[in-house]
Amino acid sequence: MKHTLSVLVENKPGALMRVTSMFARRGFNIDSLAVGPTERHDVSRITLRVDCAHTSLEQIEKQMHKLVNVLRVQELAPGESVERELALLKVAAPASKRAELISLAEAFGARVADLGPDSIVFELTGTPEEIDSFEELVRPHGLQELGRTGRLGLGRAVRGSKSRPQHALI
Amino acid sequence: MTGADAILRCLEAEEVEVMFGLPGGAILPLYDAMARGTTVRHVLARHEQGAGHMAQGYARASGRVGVCIATSGPGATNLVTPIADAWMDSTPLVAITGQVRSTLIGTDAFQECDITGITIPIVKHSWLVQDVRELPEILKAAFHVARTGRCGPVLVDVPRDVQEAELDFVFPDSVSLPGWKPPRRGHPRQITAAAQAVAAAERPILYVGGGVLNAHATDELLALAEHGRLPVVTTLMAKGAFPESHELHAGWPGMHGPKWSNWALNKADLVVAVGARFDDRVTGKLSAFAPGATVVHLDVDAAEISKIRHADVPVVGPLRPVLAELTKALEPVAGRTGPWLRQIAEWREEYPLRYEEGEPLKPQRVLETLQELTAGRDDVVWTTGVGQHQMWAMQYLQCDVPRSFITSGGLGTMGYGIPAAVGAKAARPDATVVCVDGDGCFQMTQQELATAVLEELPIVVVIVNNGYLGMVRQWQDMFFEERFSQIHLTQGLPDYAMLARAYGGVGFTVESDDELREALREALASGRTCVVDARVDPREHCFPMIPAGAAAVDTIEFDASERVVA
Ligand SMILES: Cc1ncc(C[n+]2csc(CCOP(=O)(O)OP(=O)(O)O)c2C)c(N)n1
Ligand SMILES: [Mg+2]
Repeated sequence: MKHTLSVLVENKPGALMRVTSMFARRGFNIDSLAVGPTERHDVSRITLRVDCAHTSLEQIEKQMHKLVNVLRVQELAPGESVERELALLKVAAPASKRAELISLAEAFGARVADLGPDSIVFELTGTPEEIDSFEELVRPHGLQELGRTGRLGLGRAVRGSKSRPQHALI
Repeated sequence: MTGADAILRCLEAEEVEVMFGLPGGAILPLYDAMARGTTVRHVLARHEQGAGHMAQGYARASGRVGVCIATSGPGATNLVTPIADAWMDSTPLVAITGQVRSTLIGTDAFQECDITGITIPIVKHSWLVQDVRELPEILKAAFHVARTGRCGPVLVDVPRDVQEAELDFVFPDSVSLPGWKPPRRGHPRQITAAAQAVAAAERPILYVGGGVLNAHATDELLALAEHGRLPVVTTLMAKGAFPESHELHAGWPGMHGPKWSNWALNKADLVVAVGARFDDRVTGKLSAFAPGATVVHLDVDAAEISKIRHADVPVVGPLRPVLAELTKALEPVAGRTGPWLRQIAEWREEYPLRYEEGEPLKPQRVLETLQELTAGRDDVVWTTGVGQHQMWAMQYLQCDVPRSFITSGGLGTMGYGIPAAVGAKAARPDATVVCVDGDGCFQMTQQELATAVLEELPIVVVIVNNGYLGMVRQWQDMFFEERFSQIHLTQGLPDYAMLARAYGGVGFTVESDDELREALREALASGRTCVVDARVDPREHCFPMIPAGAAAVDTIEFDASERVVA
């Protein structure tokens, strides 16, 4: 099963490497990973997508907690979190197909980031699933290049809805 | 003062007594600072691997943090094995390495090597010091991380220019490590649940690992066992953590543990794991390991809980208070474990360790003789190499005091024994330190005999010389249809006694019981660095044995009629 983990780490050299190295060493696969700054200049957020059984998830979280640079580990439970991803897609677009592609993009809320004689670069922000669908739709038109940031997530703003704190120390 | 002087002031502030190392270009400023003076004794090893294992031996014998020092590049990579060993066996270790100048980092400069990168998977944490002003806090944090929570190795990499830079030195009172929060006590509800599980069990057993030693909780362990009349098995890492002459000691579980010990652990209805991690060399086939048992797991490391075996009652916390509180909470039913203890005693009678006596000298005899000659002494510290001799040492030496048996368990590092013995001697100058070594292991780290002699840290090395990489020979014999491949070392080359003399020590070569006893007696009493080369029967196998991946109750035992039963 897939899980999204939101990890706060000290903004120190090597912090990201320590996290990813732990995954590699313990044989856990990372599906996607997004890193960036947070509201605190000395703290970074790593959002990780992993595919594993529940028992392994617990093990991953506990192993991450042991890393000195890791401040907090939290699973973003579906329904209790907001998850977004940004994608850039370069799609073949001969003049005859342009209008069709652009209206397709509009339906998804994708923007045209760049326009060339033979292709268009679309920019789409949405849930990873929305991006999956858009990707599938434009693929037959000739998807020349694709880049995705990997998902980013936060617990929801709705009161009382908290993502399950992954492992309370027993 | 300079960064290099600051490092020494930090070590002094941490009350470090001794550091083990070997200098080189990138760490020269630190060695220059040593020449200016420090209260910390430096022991000059002959190889950085030796320095690392010495620091480990020191840590395990003393219960304090071990410190080792190396230069950049090859010096640092030579520390990788001891760091990995300390990681696997949770030995508190601070490794300090020199690094090329900050401006050269990333340029493939002479002896540059990304040692923090190389060691990431085998350290609790590491620091590359970028600003001399950070040095005091980093070193304070390094010691703190190494010895708190689950103990283990840390590395501090210090570029040469940082060692040379000036700072106003202040040793900090506290460290700021917002992400490092080892548990401080066990949850009372979990402790109550554990106590209830123990009280309700008919066949409980304490399965004790090295964590008890790191937690300085051996007294609390003894109190719990006696209060509940609970039998205790101690793993290789915990040998000596519970007195082995105690009636409640039920031996050592695992691949070469006696059958009765493995039966006791595997037929229990309650296994209380105490600072132990269900290593595969203990459990054998996991699905068949203690199948009927409820598991209570006490550990300071939450990640060990249910990592291998599901814990029905986990208690995460430092073992000393956890064991003390568990003892307090436990209301044992009088006589409840009596039948179970009698059952274990019966198994013990039924399945003693066995081997065939006779000529040539049996390796087991070497260990038995060592045991006889040291019986009742509480000032003997044993170290071992890795192989058959290590397992015989586990089986035949009786350790009644904590920290008297020092061995490489998790990593199984050949060559650990001699340097670990030198380190142990530095920690316990009063003790007689004996390394039970293999001929193969000896040749991996023998050069540290020079360290032992010149630094006046005398050790006795007893080589169980079977002329082979014996443990490999045993596996090839038993599991590869006797196809022996690349294992023959020969018993006579090198001449170990002559080597001992070459290093300024005393050498003995023995081939019979009488010679053995005489030489050991002399070596143990000499106060000098001695090597006793005991030429033993090369065909001997270490039994009992649970083949890798087999159920722990399916032990292969010594069988005199058919020497190998597979
Ligand atoms: C550094 C290292 N290399 C290889 C091994 C694999 N190995 C385990 S035991 C052993 C043989 C050890 O030979 P010796 O020291 O003579 O001990 P014996 O088994 O003969 O008692 C070997 C090669 C190891 N554990 N460590
Ligand atoms: Mg040998």
